[in-house]
Amino acid sequence: MSNNNNDELIVKIRGLRFAHGARVIFDGVDIDIPRGKITSIMGPSGTGKTTLLKLIGGQLQPTAGSVVVDGEDVNKISRDALFRLRKRMSLLFQTGALFTDLTVFENVAFPLREHTRLPESILRDLVLMKLQAVGLRGARDLLPAELSGGMARRVALARAIALDPMMIMYDEPFTGQDPITVGVIMQLIRMLNDTLGLTSIIVSHDVHELTMICDHMYMISGGKVMGHGTPDEMAHSESGWVRQFMAGLPDGPVPFHYPAPDYADDLLAGA
Amino acid sequence: MMDWLQRLGSTSLSVFERLGRGNLFLLRILAALPSLVARPGLVIAQLYSVGVLSMMLIVISGLNVGMVLGLQGYNTLVDFGSEESLGQLVALSLVRELGPVVAALLFAGRAGSALTAEIGLMKATEQLSGMEMMAVDPLKRVIAPRFIAGIISMPLLAAMFSAVGVLGGFFVGVGLLGVDSGAFWSQMQSKVDLYDDILNGVIKSIVFGFVAAWIAVFEGYDAAPSTEGVSRATTRTVVHTAFAVLGLDFILTALMFGDE
Repeated sequence: MSNNNNDELIVKIRGLRFAHGARVIFDGVDIDIPRGKITSIMGPSGTGKTTLLKLIGGQLQPTAGSVVVDGEDVNKISRDALFRLRKRMSLLFQTGALFTDLTVFENVAFPLREHTRLPESILRDLVLMKLQAVGLRGARDLLPAELSGGMARRVALARAIALDPMMIMYDEPFTGQDPITVGVIMQLIRMLNDTLGLTSIIVSHDVHELTMICDHMYMISGGKVMGHGTPDEMAHSESGWVRQFMAGLPDGPVPFHYPAPDYADDLLAGA
Repeated sequence: MMDWLQRLGSTSLSVFERLGRGNLFLLRILAALPSLVARPGLVIAQLYSVGVLSMMLIVISGLNVGMVLGLQGYNTLVDFGSEESLGQLVALSLVRELGPVVAALLFAGRAGSALTAEIGLMKATEQLSGMEMMAVDPLKRVIAPRFIAGIISMPLLAAMFSAVGVLGGFFVGVGLLGVDSGAFWSQMQSKVDLYDDILNGVIKSIVFGFVAAWIAVFEGYDAAPSTEGVSRATTRTVVHTAFAVLGLDFILTALMFGDE
């Protein structure tokens, strides 16, 4: 689908604040997602990485700040305009979020049936092409309950590219998958990004996989951006915190121990 | 004492908050209804799962209730020698009260709980969220067709319940207990009024269908997205629908039949 403008940046997040009740999740976050690249957003569990994707998709409203996607501020445009914008972006949920009462074929056909009026024969060809891209053309008649976790994600991916979006957001695509599936998903993300001219955003904490496929990385923690750059820059970051996260070290700026009184004093206190 | 007051306050606040959410939700459903005109297929599919699949339960229950009415009615009427009025008794009981009320309670248990569980699970597994991200409004695609199917199905199911119940009463009264067949039907025909009895019964069943469908889809949509949340929402659907139907039945009965 055509893009509204040819800005270098497809997503511009400025001064983003978001609170869940009393808990502040983002506290003044600026993020730029370059067009045509794979950008990953990393951070410890519970930093609101999924929340960030929902903010980009306009499913959640920020407390302050702006989220501009392809030149449109997702919080200022009308509901209709937001829905038109969403046709150009896809969000791949961690669970796949396939419709459990529809076959693989119908799941992939769903966005096409909802948004286009294609003759059945063309629709069939399109769906089979999308399924072929993820290697699951042969699984078209299966129900989601009959798929493995990795296959479900690939079907969800086929569904996500059904409307030829400009951008795909992946929510924890590698979590809980075996090494072969991880390899398949990594290859698919890279291949789809490059052959379809997409922009990809991956939210994850699988550092190893991300350094292999992404062009640009953001690291968030405690509601702030802790650092960003290419995988190589990140590995040699000046920030001790970023280096600890990238190398997966158990102790460092993020301490191994939960705050406690001095160990020796504590033991002697009971004597 | 303060604790008790605090609990009372927070409970009533949450009740009113839910009521408010439920009403706003209803407005959003109503706004989504026109979009269904272009896609009758969605409603028809739901009419099948909400209405047609509830039919067996309704027919069997109606038959049993009618048979019991025939038996109990006969036992009482025969003491006064007026067992010919059995047809009237069975028909009026069913058309005015038991048809709409029992059908609505069964409907809540069969179709309402299924709707809540289905919508709640779609929410818990992010299917609704996924739909929104695909620029498809779940209110138009999922909720509105189920809501309207509930409203259409309920009066039909209640009518079926009453009709089958009358047959049940006929089998027992005329077939087993020897009430005169002609008297059974003619009494019924002369004493059951199209407007006062049947139309009022139909109005009741439409109101009950509206309330049952509303509660079912709202509880599903408002469910906490977890296994426990869906199970609680399903229970609430059945309980709240039962209360709402019985409470409304009294009010409607007082309005419709109060001045006789």
